[in-house]
Amino acid sequence: MSKAEILVIDDEAHIRKLLEIALESNGYKVWQAASGRDGVILAANHPPDLVILDLGLPDKSGHEVLKELRTWYAKPVIILSVQNLEEDIINALDHGATDYLTKPFRPGELMARIRSLLRRDSEPSNGAQRKFGNIHIDFIARLVKKNDEQVKLTSTEYQLLILFAKNEGNVLTHHYILKEIWGPSYLEETQYLRVFVGQLRKKIEEDPHNPQHIITESGVGYRFV
Amino acid sequence: MNVLSDIKLNKLSLPGQLVISLTSVAAVSCLCFIISDFIGGYKTVAFILLMVVSILAMVFDILPVLITSFLTALIWNYFFIPPILTFNIRNTEDLLFLFMYLIIASVNAALTYKIRKAEKKASIREEKQHTIKLYNTLLNSLSHELRTPLATIVGGLDTLKEQKNLTEKQKSELFATLDAASMRLNRQVENLLNMNRLESGLLRLKLDWCDMNELVFGMVKKYFSTQGREIVINTSEGLPFFRLDQGLVETALLNIIHNAVQYTPEHSKIIVSLEQSGNRCIIRIEDHGKGFPEHEVNSVFEKFYRLPGAGTGGTGLGLSIAKGCIEAHNGSIVLENKKNGGAVFTLIIPAQTSFINHMKNE
Repeated sequence: MSKAEILVIDDEAHIRKLLEIALESNGYKVWQAASGRDGVILAANHPPDLVILDLGLPDKSGHEVLKELRTWYAKPVIILSVQNLEEDIINALDHGATDYLTKPFRPGELMARIRSLLRRDSEPSNGAQRKFGNIHIDFIARLVKKNDEQVKLTSTEYQLLILFAKNEGNVLTHHYILKEIWGPSYLEETQYLRVFVGQLRKKIEEDPHNPQHIITESGVGYRFV
Repeated sequence: MNVLSDIKLNKLSLPGQLVISLTSVAAVSCLCFIISDFIGGYKTVAFILLMVVSILAMVFDILPVLITSFLTALIWNYFFIPPILTFNIRNTEDLLFLFMYLIIASVNAALTYKIRKAEKKASIREEKQHTIKLYNTLLNSLSHELRTPLATIVGGLDTLKEQKNLTEKQKSELFATLDAASMRLNRQVENLLNMNRLESGLLRLKLDWCDMNELVFGMVKKYFSTQGREIVINTSEGLPFFRLDQGLVETALLNIIHNAVQYTPEHSKIIVSLEQSGNRCIIRIEDHGKGFPEHEVNSVFEKFYRLPGAGTGGTGLGLSIAKGCIEAHNGSIVLENKKNGGAVFTLIIPAQTSFINHMKNE
């Protein structure tokens, strides 16, 4: 298997260097762009397997870069942002970003995210069945098993779980999930979402207070792993 | 000391001040007109009117007071100086009295106004000095609190680069120190940003339904799971959702728990309890440290306040940020010492509740 190629778009030379070392030592080939313009051109010339995009670029905002990329690019885009800018992160996720990390971030954490996103992309989920740790989903039979025991889910709980499973590893914003499951007129009804996430956790997590599958991204949304 | 300028009446508009002045003068004049025979005649009335003008001068602006003093002179002349109900004056003595009355009333008004202005200026200057003092405290505290972790990082990196014969144990200890120092640096910067956000006055609450269990368990796991400190979370399963700003409540909790972790013995427990009381979310954070000196209990939430003898590692911002976050919800934080040692922070946050999470679905 050839090396996976990763494009880093960030204007900070220090961050680029850090990412270059971390990524190369993990066996990836790294492309670098210091501006949004260069990033878009580079991506078009050498379509990478994954893009790491800083939101605070000098020439054009990361949001614009993301929008341009998403007109043709379907592979994962991980957003880097500074802390305390939840609106920014939510905005990027709602416009096609796959995942995000806030600076300062730990390269180890980033590598783990990249690994899981690339692995997901390399083994297309063709099957009617998927396994997530101790959770087993049979899409045709609409069956969910935890530790080989069947879990009884209501129809909404099942829909929610399927939405999570189809987007394994992606951060899904509250708005996105509400729109997909309940429809566009329920965008602000986060309490429904919390109720069903709570119930789903009670059924599929070993310890609902310390979830291993449905991870809360505080103020942003959920991630399923 | 600024009693005079503290009186709220001078916030009134000029017409408002004028109306109040004239009404009080009219009322007092009427009263005097009725009882003037019993109080020793028109000369006493002059003193009473002068007194009214003086009182008005203490609270109102100069213009309405000057108008009033001129008017009282006319009133005195018309209603009280014989022959009454005319502006005529019979003898030079009364004319002189009227003239002096006008001068005394005006000078009185002008002087009182001047004194009040000077007082206001002094209080502004005092406030400025207080701000400068706070600013200096901040700079001192900052340069120390930011430089200490920076020094650790610079020194640690240099050691790792230069010392070729470090043992694996020494290396891993150095890495742990570097890690802690950078986290501390990050926390300080975040605290400063939070303080700025709270004080800018631009803070808008982002209210959303919140599962408090999720918030507290998640926060403790995210920030304290690696610190080897036992944090017990007591929750009641019947807790409703609360509508509040999760980010702010999380920041408040983080700062209080962090404070407890830092200043209580390494192996002592910290207990976080969640409760609902009417339309209020109540969070209690209990530690088993020494507690706070009783006379310091009210000061610990002040900006840059640090307990005398507190070790390094804080800016004195954490608890005041926590307070700011909760007060932004119109809530409050109460700090108490327990009888058998340890401190309890009680966060009381008024919020809309929803029991939708305890209803049977579908």
